[in-house]
Amino acid sequence: MGRLSVNLCGIEIDNPVIPASGTFGYGYEFAEIYDINCLGTFSFKGTTKEPRFGNATPRIAETASGMLNAVGLQNPGVEKVIREELPKLKNVFHKPVMANVSGFSVEEYVYTSKLLDAEEQVGWIELNISCPNVHGGGMSFGTDPTEAAKVTKAVKAEVKKPLIVKLSPNVTDIVSIAKAVEAEGADGVSLINTLMGMRFNLKTRKPIIANVTGGLSGPAIFPVALRMVYQVAQAVKVPVIGMGGISSAEDVLEMMMAGATAVEIGAANLVNPAICRDIINELPEVMDKYGYEFR
Amino acid sequence: MKETIFTIQNNSPLTESVYKMILSGDTSEITSPGQFVNLKIDGLFLRRPISVCDLEDGLLTLIYKVVGKGTEEMSKMIPGTKMNLLTGLGNGYDTSVSGNKPLLIGGGVGVPPLYYLARKLKEEGKKVIVILGFNTKSELFLEKEFADLGIETIVATADGSYQNKGFATDVLPKEYTYVYTCGPEPMLKAVFHKIQTSGQFSFEERMGCGFGACMGCSCKTITGYKRICKDGPVLRKEEILWED
Repeated sequence: MGRLSVNLCGIEIDNPVIPASGTFGYGYEFAEIYDINCLGTFSFKGTTKEPRFGNATPRIAETASGMLNAVGLQNPGVEKVIREELPKLKNVFHKPVMANVSGFSVEEYVYTSKLLDAEEQVGWIELNISCPNVHGGGMSFGTDPTEAAKVTKAVKAEVKKPLIVKLSPNVTDIVSIAKAVEAEGADGVSLINTLMGMRFNLKTRKPIIANVTGGLSGPAIFPVALRMVYQVAQAVKVPVIGMGGISSAEDVLEMMMAGATAVEIGAANLVNPAICRDIINELPEVMDKYGYEFR
Repeated sequence: MKETIFTIQNNSPLTESVYKMILSGDTSEITSPGQFVNLKIDGLFLRRPISVCDLEDGLLTLIYKVVGKGTEEMSKMIPGTKMNLLTGLGNGYDTSVSGNKPLLIGGGVGVPPLYYLARKLKEEGKKVIVILGFNTKSELFLEKEFADLGIETIVATADGSYQNKGFATDVLPKEYTYVYTCGPEPMLKAVFHKIQTSGQFSFEERMGCGFGACMGCSCKTITGYKRICKDGPVLRKEEILWED
């Protein structure tokens, strides 16, 4: 057990640094740059029951200290993920991986979670009830405590692996959602997903993003994320994974000080592909500097 | 893919809004014409993808048009400035299928990647023809450089202010064995419908990462979903699916 290791819902991981779903694919592209086995784990691309192309392009826009995205859960569908992606992923990553699951009905969430739960490589199920870029699913489950509880309960009854529920910041009271999913058996919560936003193109006078709105991520949202992680960590007993705009070892420490057990890093991967490796390498020095330990 | 620090050697305007930047650094990861680099620019979050115009002896040439904040910042950079680049990005042009008389068609700021391609094809002993399409004479660039390679260079201007009046697709030669093209989508579409051979088309899209991780630039093709940044930007004619 190294200095950086943490216990995430019963599984010891080498360090608390976890690339966030949707910013890391299935790891292959990053494995070209560094040995991704240095990561605690990573959360692979959000998976749904059926294959999805996602939204029309443009799906991306620059913002001050961040970006908007409206990819819309493009993925090959759970069967193909299990048949094709997981065996390939095994070649580049040899630790338990986090399976991020999305859906458009409780039944779909259960179906996809159950299949991924049965895969040996999968260590945790991360239930994404907070995607702001799809209609009629995703975030609609994460913005209402009753709906969030319902889907958590249904999935929890069918999976054996730890269940982490990924929460939306696009709510009045994130604490009530966190408590609702904890009460129905969530083994952990991860937050925050992106904040809903938009940009206009001055020349066309129309939204830049084809989906009109997108999810804001990047350093711009870090203080909001930190505040929500702090509030939730005070209110629940299960581990909290903090995410939202983290881009340095110092940011990781702030999240841990706010009550996080581990962190996910998203948008920063897209700009600095080796950022997670760099942060892991820098953590001991920064921890020394501030005399801070994770345990 | 490789992350490398480059140093700007030169950065000067070719027209009112088009600039040429020459950088020195490790270009070993760039393996084919039509690939691009993704530049980190101070003060901006996302990198900016720019196609490789030429590559020789550790010098990388980029030609870019000022269209927004990122390219505007680039236009102000001075020699000696260090830049963080991701290199070796994208699936470039495959020269092995060109036959002996390939035709290159470039429109506006789509012209630059064709220069490195033309040089490669020429080195392989092929008889290259290039058509350059611009709106007007004042926007013209690279004509001399193409001609200096000793290849047949045809220019079309939409307003007729220089050489042929019309679009690049209005001046197609009679004989060619294969087509390589890059330019605005309406031009690519016109090329697609007018050419008699197969070809390779380079597409543009707003990107997040530029290396295949974020699915920000996906498109539909005959052979499934493709990422413009990773599976493209060059797609083969046979796999292109136009969506209206």
